[in-house]
Amino acid sequence: MSIWKYANPVIFMQTSGRLLRWLVPLTAVLMAVGLVWGFAFTPPEENQGSTVKIIFLHVPAAMLGINAWLMMLVASLVWLVRRHHVSALAAKAAAPIGATMTLIALITGAIWGEPMWGTWWAWDPRLTSFLILFLFYLGYLALWEAIEDPDTAADLTSVLCLVGSVFAILSRYAVNFWNQGLHQGASLTLMQKQHVADAYWYPLMISIGGFLCFFVTMVLVRTRTEIRARRLQALLARERMA
Amino acid sequence: MIALLTRDLRLAVRAGGGFGLGLGFFLVVVVLVPLGVGPEGGTLAKIAPGILWVAALLACLLSLDRIFALDHEDGTLDLLATAPIPPEGIVSMKALAHWITTGLPLVIAAPVLALLMNLPGPGYPWLVLSLLLGTPALSVIGTFGAALTVGLKRGGLLLSLLVLPLYVPTLIFGAEVVKRGAAGQALGVPVLLLAGITAGAAALLPFASAAALRVNLR
Repeated sequence: MSIWKYANPVIFMQTSGRLLRWLVPLTAVLMAVGLVWGFAFTPPEENQGSTVKIIFLHVPAAMLGINAWLMMLVASLVWLVRRHHVSALAAKAAAPIGATMTLIALITGAIWGEPMWGTWWAWDPRLTSFLILFLFYLGYLALWEAIEDPDTAADLTSVLCLVGSVFAILSRYAVNFWNQGLHQGASLTLMQKQHVADAYWYPLMISIGGFLCFFVTMVLVRTRTEIRARRLQALLARERMA
Repeated sequence: MIALLTRDLRLAVRAGGGFGLGLGFFLVVVVLVPLGVGPEGGTLAKIAPGILWVAALLACLLSLDRIFALDHEDGTLDLLATAPIPPEGIVSMKALAHWITTGLPLVIAAPVLALLMNLPGPGYPWLVLSLLLGTPALSVIGTFGAALTVGLKRGGLLLSLLVLPLYVPTLIFGAEVVKRGAAGQALGVPVLLLAGITAGAAALLPFASAAALRVNLR
């Protein structure tokens, strides 16, 4: 059996229902442990004091903000190539979550930046490209809202997602032109030796895991909602025909 | 395709008066900025590259929904879709016509308006060059946005929301060229990147626009 059997809405509903039974408690536990550990039981850092703790919200949200768009890109490609409706609906389901995560990353960054950099906002390349990413999410969501026919909407938003990805990457490198900016480089990579002290590393990893599970859970739930809404429309249409 | 281009140009010049609209808007924005900022020459010279580019971009944006809207209303677009030229050709010609009626006048008028903005002397050739290189990208990207929203009743606002983020790289590199040119710095890299964006957009985006157009005319 290939992965494409899950493109069948019935099988998708069954499988996702079974998965959610495990994912929801797992998400709750991971997020609770990660955030409570991070906020309450980590020592204040010597330079930044307790403001460092916002990292447990900021970093996972920022990672999801980017990766949600990546997931939408893959789902859009699958829709355009193989025309599986579940895929288009999953892309639609992921967009508001990604937009929210981007907004959380921007806001937590501003809250952290005010005491640390002395400013809520700076036109730093990373900050700017995140703001632009947020605008892309807004445009994508608005296009879904504006078009009535679901298949047309899926097609057009998929094309927008592909083109938007290219331009989002272009913008990311274009803003580098100004300066290197205030934002520190990535201090977190899975492969390299870690730059973060163990006391922060473990709760941060748990928090990232929790956010990831949260994202998967939300996408599954929202996709299921979309599928149910689509079924409802089909039933209504049939009723009208009869 | 040539016939389509000449038809679009003739329509733009003769009917509807859309031809000078973008240009007039460009003029008004550039005149309004010193009124808001104040007439100090130093400040104006400093913000001139950015303002000129943002104004050009907005003027371009203003005329985007005319690219397909009128043709869609009177059914010309459906006829064009059944004509023996591929949709990619239609959108390319539409973008070219849009550039000739909107982008090219902006390029020609920009030096005069730069005078009002007190742009430093060495910046002028670079302003013209950057607009000449950059405005085709604005038209091509805009045509993509117009193709996405062609069937919508109130597409205008949505169109701006969709297109403006896509304009970001062009705006950054375009304004950067003028800024560096005015300051007499090395500007090979942004010029090349700006040209690269235009070339890349002109080569690839018509396919995306045509795909969107096909979906909308289905």
